[in-house]
Amino acid sequence: MAEPLLEIKDLRVEFDTRDGVATVIDGLDISLYPGEILGIVGESGCGKSMTALSIMRLVPVPPGRIAKGTIRLDGEDLLQVSEKRMRGVRGNAISMIFQEPMTSLNPVFSVGDQIAETILLHEGGSKRAAWQRAVEMLDAVGIPVPEVRAREYPHQMSGGMRQRVMIAMALACQPRVLIADEPTTALDVTVQAQIFDLLKDLQKKTGAVIVLITHDMGAIAEMAQRVVVMYAGRKVEDGPVDEILTNPKHPYTTGLIGCVPHLSADPSEERVPLTDIPGVVPPMTRLGQGCPFAPRCSEAMDKCRLEMPTQSVVGEDHRVSCWLIENDGP
Amino acid sequence: MTEETLLSIENLKVHFPLKTRGFSAPKSFVHAVDGIDLKIAKGKTFGIVGESGSGKTTTALAVMRLVPITSGAITLGDQRLDRLEGEELRRARRHMQIIFQDPYSSLNPRVRAGAIVREPMDLMDVGEKSEREDLVAELFRQVGLRPEQQALFPHQFSGGQRQRIGVARALASQPDLVVCDEPVSALDVAIQAQIINLLRKLQAELGLTYLFISHDLGVVQYICDDIAVMYLGKIVEMGDRISLFKEPLHPYTWALLSAVPSADPALRDRADRIRLQGDPPSPIDPPPGCGFASRCPFSQALCTMEAPQLRTIRTGHSVACHFVSDDGVPPQRKI
Ligand SMILES: Nc1ncnc2c1ncn2[C@@H]1O[C@H](COP(=O)(O)OP(=O)(O)OP(=O)(O)O)[C@@H](O)[C@H]1O
Ligand SMILES: Nc1ncnc2c1ncn2[C@@H]1O[C@H](COP(=O)(O)OP(=O)(O)OP(=O)(O)O)[C@@H](O)[C@H]1O
Ligand code: SF4
Ligand SMILES: [Mg+2]
Ligand SMILES: [Mg+2]
Repeated sequence: MAEPLLEIKDLRVEFDTRDGVATVIDGLDISLYPGEILGIVGESGCGKSMTALSIMRLVPVPPGRIAKGTIRLDGEDLLQVSEKRMRGVRGNAISMIFQEPMTSLNPVFSVGDQIAETILLHEGGSKRAAWQRAVEMLDAVGIPVPEVRAREYPHQMSGGMRQRVMIAMALACQPRVLIADEPTTALDVTVQAQIFDLLKDLQKKTGAVIVLITHDMGAIAEMAQRVVVMYAGRKVEDGPVDEILTNPKHPYTTGLIGCVPHLSADPSEERVPLTDIPGVVPPMTRLGQGCPFAPRCSEAMDKCRLEMPTQSVVGEDHRVSCWLIENDGP
Repeated sequence: MTEETLLSIENLKVHFPLKTRGFSAPKSFVHAVDGIDLKIAKGKTFGIVGESGSGKTTTALAVMRLVPITSGAITLGDQRLDRLEGEELRRARRHMQIIFQDPYSSLNPRVRAGAIVREPMDLMDVGEKSEREDLVAELFRQVGLRPEQQALFPHQFSGGQRQRIGVARALASQPDLVVCDEPVSALDVAIQAQIINLLRKLQAELGLTYLFISHDLGVVQYICDDIAVMYLGKIVEMGDRISLFKEPLHPYTWALLSAVPSADPALRDRADRIRLQGDPPSPIDPPPGCGFASRCPFSQALCTMEAPQLRTIRTGHSVACHFVSDDGVPPQRKI
């Protein structure tokens, strides 16, 4: 396999809370390879956004901190570089689009101005050229009559349009990594489909690596080549999407796939009850010694409650952290 | 079909006047619901799906008599809900209850869970006063909460548990019809499954009838027996869960099904998937003709001039599109 473009190793993120220290990410390893779309899935609060914020070095300090680990982009550890250098990385080499575009767009500037501003900030050049590029970017993300729409303000646009503007802005400086954190949650499915098509298309054209964060396995299946499944701040399984969907190894992954009623083109009369993952995610301040999924896992053994499972390789590029899997080594 | 109809809606319209400046009468209206007909059989689950703003919630609120009805008839059992006022309406309310999307904002944060569930019983005189305590305890058991949890406040519960309280409260008045407006959309998938399983279990035990609104087609396909697809205030297609998903007729339904990201390669790689351009048009003074015409890949001149009527194509399956043939060949199959 090729060298990873970006490599997260043994990442730990902690937050100080009233109940003590919450370890919201622990022992996380993720590699991004050139030309791929990587999906990250998991329940609310499992650390998906925090992973993204760590890559951008935007974890709020305090109360949070990156306590351990490395995040290497082309070999350079982003956790060690100066804040000045990091500002050069953000929006340039790595950029991010957020769930709710309205909160990250400035209501008092036209969308064209905002994209042009980003271009000027990162690349310099003349205002005129930057505006021209902004219009081209709006065109590239499928906004009709871009020279007119560029003069509009965010509130004059629909949710889908605003998300296109965010994508245009994120891509303006030709990033090598684009992190999309639930980019379509606020949108209708027909509009979501447009945004997904656009992201796939842009990925092919620009070659940027895309990290797609979502809680929808369907979206992962549709978009990504590889997927990381997270639970309570840990990676429980990762591997090629098709492999994970057809042959999940971790009980949590199996549950995550089975608990969703998947749309079928040929529904059967009979409806079997959905897989139930009982209980809820434990508070991050009260994770014990063992596997964080143990309290909800129907397969849990004594060992699971006492000891954190180690990672096993179960197939080509397919890894699982679960005591049910015998640790054979690679 | 020999099933008994519990709820029937005939030519329901809900138009909201747009606020105007000055004293002139409003000239523009939001056609939130623009003439819909449907029937829900007793003990069944009827689903409504459709784009944001298509009028799903407004339909639900009209049934609950929580928005002014512009015209049309709503009949629950043998009672014309749209005609009820005052005391009569108050008494009818115990027969229909609603579960909302957001378990966080729909529960009063300063009231204990037990009292939240009991309140509708006191308001609507359900059972004897002396029995109510036991009824509340029984409801807690039915929705999978422990009796001692009655003493807790909403913030002491997880999202899924709060939605269970919402379900228990809706069942407190022993309603015939339970309207569920996106009851699982705010929940994590694992918790979603718990609530869906619970709703189905309660239906089997208590013979409940659900009007179930969701934008998640997988959930709707799973839980609903009959489904209406709405677009711009109108029902564009309606059918039972097998027929509708197996042989969708309306181009919008087809687009909606095509848009759902799927883990099933057979669905994902279908060559005839279609993609819609643009956004749905505004429901303010909608143009004549088919509401979908501006985004429909099959639209022709007729579509912008004349509104297609809902026609029955086969038993339990009807569609409103000029170009679905009478023997049920949709435009998307013809090209
Ligand atoms: N300021 C904070 N103080 C304490 N804990 C925090 C803080 N911000 C986030 N967390 C915790 O960090 C964990 C990871 O949060 P994160 O936002 O990454 O979750 P997520 O997987 O993105 O969830 P979602 O699907 O809801 O977006 C959560 O358990 C959250 O409660
Ligand atoms: N009280 C109101 N006054 C004016 N317009 C309203 C009012 N309530 C709803 N509308 C409008 O009526 C239309 C239908 O709204 P409704 O809430 O029924 O849609 P919906 O199908 O439930 O959408 P969603 O999927 O977003 O919940 C929308 O255009 C909405 O903006
Ligand atoms: S009536 Fe015309 S515009 Fe409407 S759905 Fe059918 S083909 Fe499309
Ligand atoms: Mg998040
Ligand atoms: Mg609604």
